[in-house]
Amino acid sequence: MPAVVGVFAHVDTASRAVRELRARGVRSIATYSPVPLDDFEEALTGHGLPRSPVRLFTLVGALTGTAAGFALTIWSSIKWRLIVGGKPVVSIPPFVVIAFELTILLGGLCTLLGLLVTARLPSLRGSGRYDARFSVDRFGVEVTCDVAEQAAVEEILRRAGAEEVRA
Amino acid sequence: MSQPGRSDAPARPIAGGASPTFADVNQVVLRSLDFPTPTYFGWMSLIALVLAGGITCWVLQVYFGMGMAGKRNPQMWAMYITTFVFWIGIGHAGTLISAILYLFRARWRTSIYRGSEAMTIFAVMTAGLFPIIHAGRMWLAYWLIPYPSERFLWPAFRSPLVWDVFAISTYLTISAVFFVVGMVPDIAALRDAATGWKRRIYGLLALGWRGSDRQWRHYRRAYGLLAALATPLVVSVHSVVSWDFAMALVPGWHSTLFAPFFVDGAIFSGFAMVLILLIPMRHYFNLYPYITERHLDAMAKLILVTGLVLTYFYACEGFTAWYSGEHIERASYLFKWVGVYAPWWWLQIFCNSVAPLVLFWRRARVHVPTLYAVSILVLIGMWFERFNIIVPGLGHGFYPYTFGAYVPTPVDTGIIIGSFAWFFILFMGFIKVLPSVSIVEVKETIPHPVRDGHPH
Repeated sequence: MPAVVGVFAHVDTASRAVRELRARGVRSIATYSPVPLDDFEEALTGHGLPRSPVRLFTLVGALTGTAAGFALTIWSSIKWRLIVGGKPVVSIPPFVVIAFELTILLGGLCTLLGLLVTARLPSLRGSGRYDARFSVDRFGVEVTCDVAEQAAVEEILRRAGAEEVRA
Repeated sequence: MSQPGRSDAPARPIAGGASPTFADVNQVVLRSLDFPTPTYFGWMSLIALVLAGGITCWVLQVYFGMGMAGKRNPQMWAMYITTFVFWIGIGHAGTLISAILYLFRARWRTSIYRGSEAMTIFAVMTAGLFPIIHAGRMWLAYWLIPYPSERFLWPAFRSPLVWDVFAISTYLTISAVFFVVGMVPDIAALRDAATGWKRRIYGLLALGWRGSDRQWRHYRRAYGLLAALATPLVVSVHSVVSWDFAMALVPGWHSTLFAPFFVDGAIFSGFAMVLILLIPMRHYFNLYPYITERHLDAMAKLILVTGLVLTYFYACEGFTAWYSGEHIERASYLFKWVGVYAPWWWLQIFCNSVAPLVLFWRRARVHVPTLYAVSILVLIGMWFERFNIIVPGLGHGFYPYTFGAYVPTPVDTGIIIGSFAWFFILFMGFIKVLPSVSIVEVKETIPHPVRDGHPH
């Protein structure tokens, strides 16, 4: 599918273009920006709630960490019973420390994994549609559309205030 | 639900006067990565020389044995463990700025958090050397890793020293993940501005970041979650370090006060180190529009508050010793006041409880030389605080026969001075190859380019 990219110098014009395109029923829109923008999020989704499954990765990782922490400490102290001062072999309070640290460790590592999976990183193959200015002070609106619609989309982008429109 | 510190709500400019534009931010960070000046190389050579001295001392210690470090009963824990606790503590302010202030939406953190976070990583990397230096045969350091020996013996999970291994390695890992994740969009900006081999390297490090809406959406969520994980972690790490002491029955150590006492001291000393690193950085990279009086003022206030809390803890320490009615506890405490280490105790009190009081005056809080002097005093005071916990504590135990005084040797002093060189060489290297100010987060706090008024 061919794609059209509009390069904008302003946040408001770019998000207006997105709203306009969505109003016309165009759905496959992507934006590029040097900073995260709630405004783009709202224009793209209509509700502005950033929904991301990353938190599921975090939850699963953190719970795995807790379980692993308790399992390792309890299992290994039962495996070789070392009774000190008549105290219980399985003493939970000190094991909480290990379980806590592993909760954070695996939770954090799974968050990283979740980010890489959901944001599809690393993606080292360059994209022809990306513009180096998108990491400085320009905002991009990318539309994937049929060749037939291309002219109309270009027109919308230009009318919204794009500095430059590339196919 | 908006993300803390990450919305494009009307932004208060972080700088006074004309606000920088988005392109200015990229420009200033790129300029900080220009080829270093002779001054930079001069400093680096000096630091490298000190580091070489430290390494030589370590080689001597390995070759001739631990006696070179002046270790003997009863103070088998001396300056190495002091310095270990000191460096772990330095790291805490970085996480406080990068994670806790992020969750509290303190916008002033944006221009200083990257440098502080780098400080955290390098401080923990420095601290991590000390248990290995201290334990002697460092080629057996892998024994620290929890794995079963050939007789299926696992580490004693009831030992605070094992908790410490878990806490420190988790702290280093999570801080590094947080640091690297935070840097990916900035490295993408560097990639886009670079050419040739630099572009290839930054390109690989940027992981193909394009700043698309999809990437930002997941990125913001992941970043917030990492901050939420790092926040309890940072409190736990110094608490665990304090339990290395508090779990033992040594008079002066065996106290429930230790965890908050250590965490507060850590933040106190960490902020001092942040100022020591950022003030010259601001000067050399000309970051005045980004790191303003407001930042200095805020950090000075945090030093003042944590310093006052610390003073309260010192008072509690004395009160506990007196109120316990335990004569051994009392004797141990009194020994700190009037014993052989008394000068260092009073130096600690001056540096940590008296010197920061000057920050009650706003003029002192924004006066760079004063702030710098106080920061250096705080670092000295906090190093001696840990020394005064460990060395006199062990030197004045339950039984007069085991009393003793530890005297530093050239070798352990050399290693400790070398550790500062190791830390500074890492930091100085970092500021010349990676963005020491967050491009993305600073841009978020300055007005966004709009044509027809604010987009809302």
